[in-house]
Amino acid sequence: MLQIEDLQVKLGEKEVLRHINLEIKTGETHVLFGPNGSGKTSLLMTIMGYPQYKVTKGRIYFNGQDITELPISERAKIGIGMSYQRPPTIKGIKTAHMVEMCAKKECDIKAMAEKLNFTDFLDRDINDGFSGGEIKRSELLQLMAQDPQLLLFDEPESGVDMENMSLVGNTIAKMLEHDLDTSNGRTLKEKKASRRKMGLIITHTGFILDYITADKGLVLYEGELACSTNAIEIFKCINKVGYKECVRCSM
Amino acid sequence: MLDVKAKAKEAKDKKAKFGIDIDLNEFSSETESKEYLEDLNAMPQDDKERIIMAGVDISEKDRAGTFIQEDTDVVHIGLKQEGLELISIKDALDRYDWLQDYYWKMVAPDIDKYTAEVATNLHNGYLIRALPGKKVLFPVQSCLYIKKDRMNQNVHNIVIAEEDSEIHIITGCATSSHVTTGLHIGVTEFYVKKNAKLSYTMIHLWGKDVMVRTRSAGTVDKGGLFLNNYICLSPVKSVQAYPTTYLKGKGATARYYTILAGSPGGEMDIGGRVVLQETDTHAEIISRTITNGGNIAARGDLIGEVPGVKAHLECSGLILNGGTMHAVPELTGKTEGVEMSHEASVGKIAQDEILYLMSRGLSEDEAVSAIVRGFLNVDIPDLPAELKAEIDHAIELSKNGL
Repeated sequence: MLQIEDLQVKLGEKEVLRHINLEIKTGETHVLFGPNGSGKTSLLMTIMGYPQYKVTKGRIYFNGQDITELPISERAKIGIGMSYQRPPTIKGIKTAHMVEMCAKKECDIKAMAEKLNFTDFLDRDINDGFSGGEIKRSELLQLMAQDPQLLLFDEPESGVDMENMSLVGNTIAKMLEHDLDTSNGRTLKEKKASRRKMGLIITHTGFILDYITADKGLVLYEGELACSTNAIEIFKCINKVGYKECVRCSM
Repeated sequence: MLDVKAKAKEAKDKKAKFGIDIDLNEFSSETESKEYLEDLNAMPQDDKERIIMAGVDISEKDRAGTFIQEDTDVVHIGLKQEGLELISIKDALDRYDWLQDYYWKMVAPDIDKYTAEVATNLHNGYLIRALPGKKVLFPVQSCLYIKKDRMNQNVHNIVIAEEDSEIHIITGCATSSHVTTGLHIGVTEFYVKKNAKLSYTMIHLWGKDVMVRTRSAGTVDKGGLFLNNYICLSPVKSVQAYPTTYLKGKGATARYYTILAGSPGGEMDIGGRVVLQETDTHAEIISRTITNGGNIAARGDLIGEVPGVKAHLECSGLILNGGTMHAVPELTGKTEGVEMSHEASVGKIAQDEILYLMSRGLSEDEAVSAIVRGFLNVDIPDLPAELKAEIDHAIELSKNGL
């Protein structure tokens, strides 16, 4: 379970997050909406542990452990992982090697890459010259190898072409144990009950709602969580009246 | 010959343009003579380990030829492929009159006191020659090894890739672990003839107080390719080199790749110059350097003399664990219609790259080391897999020091 209590965060001199209270129970996935600059990425980066996001107030707990001061690599080790919107390029590190470094245990990188239609990129330097959609598939591949319990996705659909959209959506669903695959003999009900993965997904387009049933939708507005209710309801409201009007109901 | 020595004598006190001035009197050429070894396995374990680290395959399997010189003496020559000639330079000078057309023809004996020293007091060196049309696909390996302390080793090498031939050479230079200080002076002249392909990969593994001065130059004829790789990732007191290549024939190409890691108190001053003298010639000079507490100068100089030439220069340096980095890229175009560019950077490892790797579960040290290895891991086209593996091995070995 991820629990955030009254979190306040500064980036440089600017306060980017205020009074954030959030609880993602084991097995739950939440979808995060909000206009540009509202603090969505800051929230994910803070949960991941990026040191430039300074927690000035509040605590973050993961599975009961206070991780507010825990370094980024330690958070990765206890099961937090992130798919970035614009990750850096690292020259000289091949994608295959990067995926290898992500994996805690032996895994078949080639087979995983095949699923993501990404084998041609394994020999290329990580993110070097990748298009927006290629970056997203590379991020998914790394995260798949890392296999964290809490998965943070920063706009996983941006830049992805129509052809790969369902591939990305279905992959995320599978990673979050939201897929409808019952081939191992378990019913969907049993599967849902035993779900352990947690997700927090930033989306502008709401595309992910076609692939998973989000347990909750959240709206971040000017650094504060302004609304928390059914994700589809929020998405419809934003589409109809825009963020400003949408958050009025909770103010 | 007399002319060479006479010229050299005049330059015996001439200081070099770059690098600290070395007092040659601090070193001695006196050493006991070495026994010739039929089998490299007969070498003392300690020496064997050092030359293996410098890239020598002791078994000589998958190597077309092997040349080992210890101090002043050639101790082993193994030749496994026809079409390849590999003999000591002294024997070659005795045997071939034609060699005078190559000997001291690219490098002048009076450049400075170091060339003068080699010209007047030659110890040995090699002639490696790929005969016309012969493709020597397995690498030829050589090692110039300093075994005795305070030794100066004066070497002259000539490499000739005859027309339509192909040859790949790996030269590992190393010192015995007992050597505290020494001086290696190496003169190498390269001749790449029409449509020939030569790759020359030098991996240096010196002692931390060893001085090195290499003086090399080459020429590439029509359609030829010269690939010159220099890797020095272990501590050395002072190494200075500025190899020059003249692209004389249409379609000739020269590419230099330099990978350096400095060490505290050490000085590395490595340049590369390519003179493009015919149309449709191409040159590329790429260097990746990490100071690691040492002082490094990475120089590059491209000179375009005729229209229709294309050349690029790239010096990337990281200042890591202190030290200084001096990048000096130079371009000279002497006519309209040349296309030349350079990029140079001196910086540190980007924090966002470290954090990105840390968010995948790597510790900070692991992340830095992965980025550094990636930075040094430059893709070198046309290099055989065996030699690429040797470079990777050298980078792998150096990771503990970085």
